Amino acid sequence: MTTQPVVAEGARLDSMERARRRNLIIQYIFMVLLAAFFLFPLVFVFVAALKDDASVLSDSDGIGAFIPDPWVGFDNFSSAAERASLWRVFLNSVIISSFIVGLGLVVNSLLGYALARLRFRGRYILIAVIVALIIIPFEALAVPLLYITAELGWLDTYHVQILPFVANPLFIYLFYTFFLNVPVSLEEAARVDGAGPVRTFVSVVAPLARPAYATMAILGFLFSWGQYLWPVMVTRGVDVRPLPVGIGVFKTTPPVQWGDIMAYAALMTLPLLIIFLIFQRYFIQGVASSGVKG
Amino acid sequence: MTAVPATGEKVPKRRKAAPSTIERGESKVAWAFSAPALILLLAFIVLPFLLAFVLSFTNQRLISPLPTRFVGFDNYIDTLSSATFWKGFFNNVWFVAVVVPVQTAFALWLAILVNRKIPGRVFFRTVFFLPVVTVMAAAAVIWTLLFNANGLVNAIMETVTFGAFAPDWLNSTTWALPAMMLVGIWQGVGFQMVILLAALQDVPEVLYEAASIDGATRWQQFTNVTLPGIRNGLIFVITVTTILAFRLFDQVNIMPRVPGGPLDSTRTMMLELVDTGFRSQAIGRGAAIAVIFFVIVLVLTLVQRRFIREEGEVS
Repeated sequence: MTTQPVVAEGARLDSMERARRRNLIIQYIFMVLLAAFFLFPLVFVFVAALKDDASVLSDSDGIGAFIPDPWVGFDNFSSAAERASLWRVFLNSVIISSFIVGLGLVVNSLLGYALARLRFRGRYILIAVIVALIIIPFEALAVPLLYITAELGWLDTYHVQILPFVANPLFIYLFYTFFLNVPVSLEEAARVDGAGPVRTFVSVVAPLARPAYATMAILGFLFSWGQYLWPVMVTRGVDVRPLPVGIGVFKTTPPVQWGDIMAYAALMTLPLLIIFLIFQRYFIQGVASSGVKG
Repeated sequence: MTAVPATGEKVPKRRKAAPSTIERGESKVAWAFSAPALILLLAFIVLPFLLAFVLSFTNQRLISPLPTRFVGFDNYIDTLSSATFWKGFFNNVWFVAVVVPVQTAFALWLAILVNRKIPGRVFFRTVFFLPVVTVMAAAAVIWTLLFNANGLVNAIMETVTFGAFAPDWLNSTTWALPAMMLVGIWQGVGFQMVILLAALQDVPEVLYEAASIDGATRWQQFTNVTLPGIRNGLIFVITVTTILAFRLFDQVNIMPRVPGGPLDSTRTMMLELVDTGFRSQAIGRGAAIAVIFFVIVLVLTLVQRRFIREEGEVS
């Protein structure tokens, strides 16, 4: 830094570097504010679940909302459990969601693969029909479906809550778009080596599609875990009733005990949060790959 | 297929299988692969949907000693001349008109923020995505408390606007639906962000370098490189968000004191359908609403599908 031009150059770089750093700091400020926006309801619910009913409401207008005081430990949880047979209901949710996801992974991926890769008559019509089926909201089917299942004597069972949700046009479409993006050359290689379609699928294609399976598993779990309307219509009592139905009990039975409600909401949220945090990288990759070529 | 075989012993097999045999065999396999899902789709989606169509022309009620009677288009006429139906319809349109552009732009901004190679971006991406994995029923209950007149949202609003703006959100006919828009965006934007993030990462870096050499500003790079590059991702996001917004039900059923309240200001078509078909047990009329609703969403989707297909052929 002895000659004039170099000094000037250095100063220019210095000011560019400073501008870059300023941009970065502004970006971090934005990201921290955004993180606060996305996180505060979740922090709030877990804190509220651990404090006294009256304070949940009275503290909710300031920083006190994020301080678990007066601390009541797991009182809200046990009180919520007592009012809504929490453990039985929790188990029901686990059973129902597991079957929906487990069976769904098999049947949806098989159809998605057939649509993406195998040549057969009616394939294009089927794809169009499945895309059309995606937009039929379950609420539009609920009432006729109630007729059908009541006719079959399926009310108050697990399978009335499982079978209607196993085959899912959205997941079929997810698998279909995913399989379209799997390089054909790998399958051709397997075929040339003499593998039939079934073996090609099981040993070549399915392993490649792990991100799609992970996506469907987690999305399927999210959808089924959140089911509310259908269980209200087809279950009476707690024997086969899943978790989300219970939250209505708190709302309709006065007095409104916000601590219990927050404990319940926290428990409903926790399993999904844990699963997501464990599998998040996989999940984000899967969601992303399903959307790009949409 | 190239003429040169990979290994000598596979050649006969490959040659024996004439194209027609392959296709017939493949067709059989395809139907075997498809059967389980197709049977379930037929039984639990197609059949109930067709039944909804049939029921929409009858006076069927959930529990009624009266025999079912064919009533022609009465249910449709009743529905289309019902004020609450149109109230719901226009609330849906209002919801879509705000949420789809806002949520898409917000998702794109988040995606751009976490796309820069800076420390902590994985952490922020995870945080922005977290609400997606909360159950909507739980989220709606939590936000009900936050939107309380003396709740946390208003505490923030009063600080930011110096007390000028702090409505009683869920008890206001003006602000109840915007509150639910916010909940919808809070819960859903992370999903869109992830899809757009993937689209952003697919845009070749060389295009930005070329644009930069040509002297393009950051904004010119964004409009001329980024937006065309992520076009398919954007269309996908807009399609999915529009459909989900038209299916709006959970928030409007859980958050107000009365579902759809106050004064029907958060009534949606889905709520109208559930109120009519399930709560009032007027199956026939509920089925008519389901059919009307389906037609609206179908038309929307077909328009957007066409848009994607044209774009797909270009790229």
